[in-house]
Amino acid sequence: MQEKDKTRRKVLIGLTSAVGLSGLPFVATPFIAAWNPSAKAKAAGAAVKLDVSKMQYGQQIQVAWRKQPVFIVRHTNESLAGLDLSLDKLADPNSDQIIEPYKGLNPSRSKNPEYSVMSGVCTHLGCSPKYHPEVEPKAWDASWKGGFFCPCHGSMFDIVGRVYKGVPAPTNLVVPPHMFEGTILTIGEDKEL
Amino acid sequence: MSEMAGKLFSWVNSRLPIVNTFERHLSKHPVPSKVNFWYLFGALAAVTLIIQIVSGIWLIMPYSNTEEQAFSSIEYIMRDVDYGWVIRYIHTTGASLFFAVVYLHMFRGLLYGSYQKPKELVWIFGCTIYLAMMAEGFLGYVLPYGQMSYWGAQVIISLFGAIPYIGESLELWVRGDYYISGITVSRFFALHVVALPLVLIALVFLHLVALHEVGAGNPEGVDIEEYLDDDGVPLDSVPFFPYKVLNALVAIGVFMTVFSIIMFFFPEGGGYFIEMANFQEANPLVTPEHIAPVWYYAPFYTMLRAIPDPLGGLIVMAAAVAIFFIVPWLDRSKVASIRYKGIYSKIALTMFGVSFLTLGYLGTVGVTEIRKTMSVICTIIYFSYFLLMPIYTKYEITKEVPKRL
Repeated sequence: MQEKDKTRRKVLIGLTSAVGLSGLPFVATPFIAAWNPSAKAKAAGAAVKLDVSKMQYGQQIQVAWRKQPVFIVRHTNESLAGLDLSLDKLADPNSDQIIEPYKGLNPSRSKNPEYSVMSGVCTHLGCSPKYHPEVEPKAWDASWKGGFFCPCHGSMFDIVGRVYKGVPAPTNLVVPPHMFEGTILTIGEDKEL
Repeated sequence: MSEMAGKLFSWVNSRLPIVNTFERHLSKHPVPSKVNFWYLFGALAAVTLIIQIVSGIWLIMPYSNTEEQAFSSIEYIMRDVDYGWVIRYIHTTGASLFFAVVYLHMFRGLLYGSYQKPKELVWIFGCTIYLAMMAEGFLGYVLPYGQMSYWGAQVIISLFGAIPYIGESLELWVRGDYYISGITVSRFFALHVVALPLVLIALVFLHLVALHEVGAGNPEGVDIEEYLDDDGVPLDSVPFFPYKVLNALVAIGVFMTVFSIIMFFFPEGGGYFIEMANFQEANPLVTPEHIAPVWYYAPFYTMLRAIPDPLGGLIVMAAAVAIFFIVPWLDRSKVASIRYKGIYSKIALTMFGVSFLTLGYLGTVGVTEIRKTMSVICTIIYFSYFLLMPIYTKYEITKEVPKRL
């Protein structure tokens, strides 16, 4: 075969391959997209509403949003007043390290200073921290001021979900989008955002 | 009659290479004449793979891959399906023993240098099999949708979330939902019963084809190809069939005895083979007090936990598995077998073994300060074994390898 023909053949093989390969993203699209949350899953993951006026002071309740625990705490005045006592133990007291919709809004990190709304999923590896509001010495911290303790890997958070220094969890508990309409709390949606 | 059978056989054989294949890979395939028990675990791994495939097919039949039914269908298998409990316990015991056998098989490789030239590809295919097995085991563990299925998967899938920028959307894409739901379970089911078994079988095939091309090793590290008889067959070899096959049958007999004892008397393996929390249905709102992986992932889980940063933990854990792939190029020794290597190699391998077992133990128990320190030390020893290998294998004094086996 002549040199000219060889070159021509190379070019043709290259072009044919390029045309063939250009179909690859089209073929891959349905296979990749089929793994996205389906319309049904999206609908089931819609916002949830509840009336928080019946909660007692100091009480923590847990609701499921997208089957994930969301913690709602109604704070007592004492616990709100005590928020600044353990500032030096916190890794990120002002939530600078995470993208948070309500940064610096009020000390309870929510749209209503009386309540805290936060995801009950540990920012380390997704376990669910336990609520320990008592101010008393604990096995994990002799000067415990009340807050959340994760039983999986020992991460500690204060009463509004801010992470302690030197624990596995890297950031504060995430605050989900939420809004209050009177005493009705909606989790998963915020018209102002 | 026998004439007809002979005719039929030759008719088939002239269209399908039966005799050729049998001779090439069995009756005339030369293997070293002197090996020890360490060389039996490959055959046992193959047997376990077959056990897993057969028991797995039988488990698919009554299993239901939906969020509502997954857990109850497992209980249905255990209580209502005739001998369903046997089939399920075969599969769970098989999973643990598969890893046990493969870990011993891999240790044999490190012990006798089974990765050295020209066996690099055999080793790499083997490492890939191990990687696929880890994925396969994880996916399978999610299917009963028990508490440990759910929360174990939660931990593993959130590892994807540690990847910068794309992490969170990748997590959502893997789950296909905002939590580990029936959607996740059914896609894991498809991967566990179709996709990964196909990959595993293909890899095992490649592992064996590559092995038969370069020939099996021996504990002396002697190259038997050096001395051939007049037909070009190594003098220090025996044909695979019947010598090695019969040999393996004895090992399989012993293995089956151990298998049966575990399966009939200790199917949960004291909570190590099937964790107790997995006898409760998955509940996304309640975390078990103590999340521990099954024993065969425990060493890597300990490394993950030892690093405070999730991304760092993920990288260390991935590196711990990935580093096996480059062992053929880390070992600079002139000899293959630990018998002829120097004292540093012996110390290094012993320390590696001890650190691996310690990491395994630490992964199954809760975290305390002292255990955390131990995890970090053992992780360092683990990586030192590999990373210092080019140095200690190159400069240590080795013994003379004999010419013949």
